[in-house]
Amino acid sequence: MSERRKLVEVQDLKMYFPITSGVLRRHSGDVKAVDGVSFDIYEGETLGVVGESGCGKSTCGRAVLRLYDITSGSIKIDGVEIGSKSQQSLRKMRPTMQMVFQDPQACLNPRMTVAAIIGEPLDEHTNWSKAKKLDRIYELMDAVGLNRNFANRYPHAFSGGQRQRIGIARALALNPKFIICDEPIAALDVSIQAQVVNLLEELQDELGLTYMFISHDLSMVRHIADRVAVMYLGKIIELAPRDRLYDNPMHPYTEALLSAVPDPDPKVEARVERIILKGDVPSPANPPRGCNFCTRCPKVMDICREIDPEYRELRPGHFVACHLHNDTVPSGAPRNELTQQGEDA
Amino acid sequence: MTDAAKPFSPDEAFSPPRNQWWDVWDQFKTHRGALAGLAVFISILLFVLVGPWIWQVDPGQINIRVRNQGASWAHPLGTDQLGRDLLARMMYGGRISVAVGLTAMLLGLIIGTLIGVLAGYFKLLDSPLMRLTDLFLALPLLPLLLILVTLFRDTLAKTFGEAIGVFFLICFAIAITSWMQTARIVRGDVLALKEREYVLAARSIGTPSLRINTRHVLPNVLSPIMVSATLGIATAIITESALSFLGLGFPPDFPTWGRILFDGRDWIEQYPARVVWPGVLISLTVLSVNYIGDGLRDALDPRIRGR
Repeated sequence: MSERRKLVEVQDLKMYFPITSGVLRRHSGDVKAVDGVSFDIYEGETLGVVGESGCGKSTCGRAVLRLYDITSGSIKIDGVEIGSKSQQSLRKMRPTMQMVFQDPQACLNPRMTVAAIIGEPLDEHTNWSKAKKLDRIYELMDAVGLNRNFANRYPHAFSGGQRQRIGIARALALNPKFIICDEPIAALDVSIQAQVVNLLEELQDELGLTYMFISHDLSMVRHIADRVAVMYLGKIIELAPRDRLYDNPMHPYTEALLSAVPDPDPKVEARVERIILKGDVPSPANPPRGCNFCTRCPKVMDICREIDPEYRELRPGHFVACHLHNDTVPSGAPRNELTQQGEDA
Repeated sequence: MTDAAKPFSPDEAFSPPRNQWWDVWDQFKTHRGALAGLAVFISILLFVLVGPWIWQVDPGQINIRVRNQGASWAHPLGTDQLGRDLLARMMYGGRISVAVGLTAMLLGLIIGTLIGVLAGYFKLLDSPLMRLTDLFLALPLLPLLLILVTLFRDTLAKTFGEAIGVFFLICFAIAITSWMQTARIVRGDVLALKEREYVLAARSIGTPSLRINTRHVLPNVLSPIMVSATLGIATAIITESALSFLGLGFPPDFPTWGRILFDGRDWIEQYPARVVWPGVLISLTVLSVNYIGDGLRDALDPRIRGR
C-alpha cells in the first residue's frame, strides 16, 4: 500500500466558525466544526467518512475542496498545497477536484436546462466551440445513463436519482481526479441508492477516480469504501482499512456505531447486542475537556476527562485516538463504566 | 423504469438546445392576460408615438374661442379651458408620462437590485448598505424631491435644455426615492439563495462571484424584481403627475398625463371627460404593464412553464 501515490494529504485541518456576540459583534468563541483532522487518500481508492449528524463530515469535505477559507492546516491535492491559496489562484486547480452534493433538489439551479448545468464547468474552464461543448455534454449524459433527449429539460422534471446523475455528470465534466461525494445517496430511495452507488463504482473503474465518500449509511460505506474514517465532534477518532474497521473496531464509539447497523438475518438481528449511547453530542462550540467522547463513552476512564488522546497509528494503516489503547495509561487506572456520570459532567 | 417499458430510439424526440428565450415566449403566449396586456401596451405606445404623425394638431396652440368644447369631429376628445386640443395633448403628454414611467422604473430597479445583491451577497457590505436603505426610507420624500428640484433644475435645464434636463431630473428624483423596497426584497432573497447548494456547486466549479450572481442568483430573484418593476411604473407615473401638480415637474405648458389630469380636476363637475381620459390611460398603462409582468414572471419560471 505504501508504494501507492497519495493524491490527497490533509494535515491538521481546522475549520472554526466564529461566534460573535454583543452589539459590537465581538468574537466570543468558535464552533469547532473540524478540529485538527489528518488523513491521506491514495490514488484510485475510496475513503469513506462516517459519523453522526453534525460531527463535521460535510464541513470537512467542503474544507478540503477549499469551499471555505480554512482556519489552519495544510491540504495537498496532487502534490499542490491549496490550504493557503487564494480563491483566485485556486480557480485553475478546480478541474482536478469536484464535488457531488447531498441534496439533488437543491444542487441544481432550477432555471437552467440540464445541458446548461452540465456545461457550466466547460463554460468556465474551456474555450471550446459550442458544438464541441455539446458533444462533451452528450458524452457525459451517456456516461451517467441519462437519455440525450432530456438535455433541454429543467431539473424539476426529473426524479431524485436522475437529478443526482445530472450532478455527477457535472462533477465529471472536466475529468477530475478527485471527487468528494457529500452524502450523495442520503436523499434517495433505497432502490435508487444502489443504482447511484453502482454508477459511482463503474465510473471509478473506468476513469480511475479517487473518492472521498461522506455518508452516515454504514452498510453503504462498507460496500463502496476501501478505507473508512470515523468522525466524532470534529475529529477523526478512528481510521482503518474497511474490513479491519468493521471486524475489529478499536474505538468505543466505532463499536457503538457498528452495533447499530441492522442485520438482514432476523436470527442474528434478534441476538445482536446494541451499545446504546446515552445523552447528546456536546456542542462543538464548547467541546468537553479531554477526549471529545468522554461524556458518552461506555468505557470512560479518569484520564479521558483530563487529556485529549493522541491520534496514533496503532497498527500499520489503523489509526485510533483513544486512551484505551495507549500504553501510557497505567493498566490499573480506575475505569468508570457508568454513562450517567458522563451525562452529569 | 418507464424508459424500459416504452423503449424509444434516442434520436426520436431529439433536438439540440435552443435559446431559452424561445421557451419563455412559448409559455408567455399561453398567458391570455399577458397577451392582452401586451396588446394594450403596444397600442398605447403606438398612440403616443405614431399618433402625432396622424393627428397633426399642435397641443400647445391656444384658441380661446373653442374652449371647453365637448367631443366633435374637429376635436375628438374636446378642448380644455384654453381651447387646446385634448387628443393632441394626450398624445404628447403620453410620450412624457410613459417615458418617465419606464425610465424611472428601470433606474430605480437597477439601483435597488444592485444594492440588494451587493448587500445580500457580500457580508461586509450588508450592514452599511442596509442602513443607507433605512436612511432613504426614513427620509420624507416630498421635501426631498422639492429640494432636489429647486437645487438642480436650473443647472440641468441650462446644460441639456429645458425638456431633457427636467426629464432627467424627474426620472432621477423618482428613482432615488423608490429603490428601497426593491433593495430590501432582493437582499432578503439573495441571503437565502446564496446558501443554496447550487451556488456552492458553482463555487466548487470555480465560477467567479460576478458570474455566480448573474447566472445563479439574479435569475432566481427575478419574480420579486418583476413585481416591483410593474408596480414601479405606476408609482413613477403618479409621482410625476404629483410633481407636475406642485409646479415642480415639467413647465405648465408641457402636457403630461398627470398635468392634464390635475388641470381638469377644477372642471370635474362641468366636464368630467377631461379627467376621465388621462385617468383611463394611466390606469390602462399600469394595468397592462402589470399583466405583462405577471405573464413574464410565470414564463420565466421553468417550474410553472408547461402547465
